[in-house]
Amino acid sequence: MSTVAAKPVTKSATKPATMAQALGRALRDSMAEDPSVHVLGEDVGALGGVFRVTDGLAAEFGEDRCTDTPLAEAGILGTAVGMAMYGLRPVVEMQFDAFAYPAFEQLISHVARMRNRTRGAMPLPITVRVPYGGGIGGVEHHSDSSEAYYIATPGLHVVTPATVSDAYGLLRASIASDDPVVFLEPKRLYWSKADWNPDAPQTVEPIGRAVVRRPGRSATLITYGPSVPVCLEAAEAARAEGWDLEVVDLRSLVPFDDETVAASVWRTGRAVVVHESGGFGGPGGEIAARVTERCFHHLEAPVLRVAGFDIPYPPPMLEKHHLPGVDRILDAVARLQWEADS
Amino acid sequence: MTVMEQRGAYRPTPPPAWQPRTDPAPLLPDAEPYRVLGTGAADKVDPELLRRLYAELVRGRRYNTQATALTKQGRLAVYPSSTGQEACEIAAALALEERDWLFPSYRDTLAVVARGLAPASALTLLRGDWHTGYDPREHHIAPLSTPLATQLPHAVGLAHAARLKGDGVVALAMVGDGGTSEGDFHEALNFAAVWQAPVVFLVQNNGFAISVPLAKQTAAPSLAHKAVGYGMPGRLVDGNDAAAMHEVLSEAVARAREGGGPTLVEAVTYRMEAHTNADDATRYRQDTDVDAWRDHDPILLMERELTERGLLDDDLKRQAADDAEAMAADLREHMNQEPVLDPMDLFTHVYAEQTSQLREQAAQLRAELEVASEEEVASGEAEEETR
Repeated sequence: MSTVAAKPVTKSATKPATMAQALGRALRDSMAEDPSVHVLGEDVGALGGVFRVTDGLAAEFGEDRCTDTPLAEAGILGTAVGMAMYGLRPVVEMQFDAFAYPAFEQLISHVARMRNRTRGAMPLPITVRVPYGGGIGGVEHHSDSSEAYYIATPGLHVVTPATVSDAYGLLRASIASDDPVVFLEPKRLYWSKADWNPDAPQTVEPIGRAVVRRPGRSATLITYGPSVPVCLEAAEAARAEGWDLEVVDLRSLVPFDDETVAASVWRTGRAVVVHESGGFGGPGGEIAARVTERCFHHLEAPVLRVAGFDIPYPPPMLEKHHLPGVDRILDAVARLQWEADS
Repeated sequence: MTVMEQRGAYRPTPPPAWQPRTDPAPLLPDAEPYRVLGTGAADKVDPELLRRLYAELVRGRRYNTQATALTKQGRLAVYPSSTGQEACEIAAALALEERDWLFPSYRDTLAVVARGLAPASALTLLRGDWHTGYDPREHHIAPLSTPLATQLPHAVGLAHAARLKGDGVVALAMVGDGGTSEGDFHEALNFAAVWQAPVVFLVQNNGFAISVPLAKQTAAPSLAHKAVGYGMPGRLVDGNDAAAMHEVLSEAVARAREGGGPTLVEAVTYRMEAHTNADDATRYRQDTDVDAWRDHDPILLMERELTERGLLDDDLKRQAADDAEAMAADLREHMNQEPVLDPMDLFTHVYAEQTSQLREQAAQLRAELEVASEEEVASGEAEEETR
């Protein structure tokens, strides 16, 4: 772990900050530190992004560094490839999860494999910011959880923060990475707050390390992004049942931190994977398989998944039935064959 | 009767004044493809340039025939020949300075070779032993792009970055007629014009996208016309006329370098061979169509011009032929060598730092390779004993 922006900590400067503000601050600090960092996307300039993450960047760094592009996602990512080939570090914004689909060919056919096809001669340090997931009452195409597509593509790092300080630390690390990073921003956590002093030395998290958000002994909830607060809430509620749940926040899906996850399940002997995206072909299947391969002899029960249903993302008035909530997580924990242990 | 229905009572507010942002007239291409060879315009061309273009065309043709022969010998997995299109390929390479960047499509190995890359290196992708086969930054040549038109936005992005840096670098991106139907073609041209990026788009209209003729590809009067809608000039050129191609591309490159923005150049040419060695062109076109283009061969056009002006002597002919043969011999020699490949390379360049998942898989492959090599040694010893 390294620290940056080593300014003196003043207690009074610590105040509630949102994840969106922390992300904006990470962009600002990266741009200030490295003139090769360029932000581009639809509405990132004068408007500051539809979620205001890029607020103030065009004013501070000029339109050449924070550029409103034509409305074309393949073009945004495709031109970013050329910019990276010429030595820049583009950070592109895809505005909404489902809007990124036109850029998939660029992502998969070029961004993910340029290092490999050129035998390491041409790495592409591109960060693709994708606001993702539901729970904000968005209409169709504004709430997809598209992480399964990204993690199935070798050559990409896939990162998703769940806390305000991780949002800052992981975005800084992503921009500094010499490899392309798909940076998934949980939309419904944009306005989540934490006491955070942007002027204090910040932790820049290395990509690829999971963290135990809440220690526990009875079972492990393995989760990431928007489901982390839900799992923490479920863990609190589980105390009434006498269950002491551990919550592991993956933070990075690629690379995957087998070590932290396996160590947790060795301790608890039970695991539930929780995510919003559909279960079939979703990340939970991969995670459950990895846990089983490593922890089979420590497991008291099969690894369960609590995922979104295998349906196109539902309309906003029905999304509460689709998103994994506390009750559904507790139901899964209850199914972990407790009687076998007692 | 309501107020709105009373004639004269409602006065519509006129819309704010509208006017086009750019006068389209100077952006429109010529009605006929621009030609130099065999016209008065040829008199103004430097004789040395014509002689150089001739030698490069001869070398390019030899490259095409040699590479095609290598596919028949099984030394090359596949080769999309550019026979008949050599003038486009050579002009694209010669219009650029060393600092400029070339963004080729999969058929453009010849442009890559004419730009100076070793003939065998340009075939690495098509040979199948590794992908790109060269360092793009060293040669200022992007990897040969197999997905259609997806390299065009890269050229725009690189040119845009170069413009921001102010170093006068220009990008030239090549695409076929089929590629103009792709979304990336549209997005690249649009970005380039909006950003006034120093980039030149060269469309080689060779008549077919594998088997689909141009008439089924577009309803536009010409592919050069597509430029107008984006706000950049479109130029229509005879793609078999190396002098015309060189002039038009050089002008477009100079214009881009001086801050004049992008240009779309359509080269009207013809693919004399099938799409690749795996294609059967007789299923979708007549031999008579192909024969009609034989009289408009790019080397023939140049020979006629040089002969007319007394510039084609035996020395030039011999020199060009000898150079081409030497290049072909060198190519054969390189392609006949078995490449030495390290299977562990599979895991080396996926990420800057291997993930633990890849380290595990690399260990698995290493173990498999060790077993295989032990078995090889054992079978060698067994063979030795039986003798």
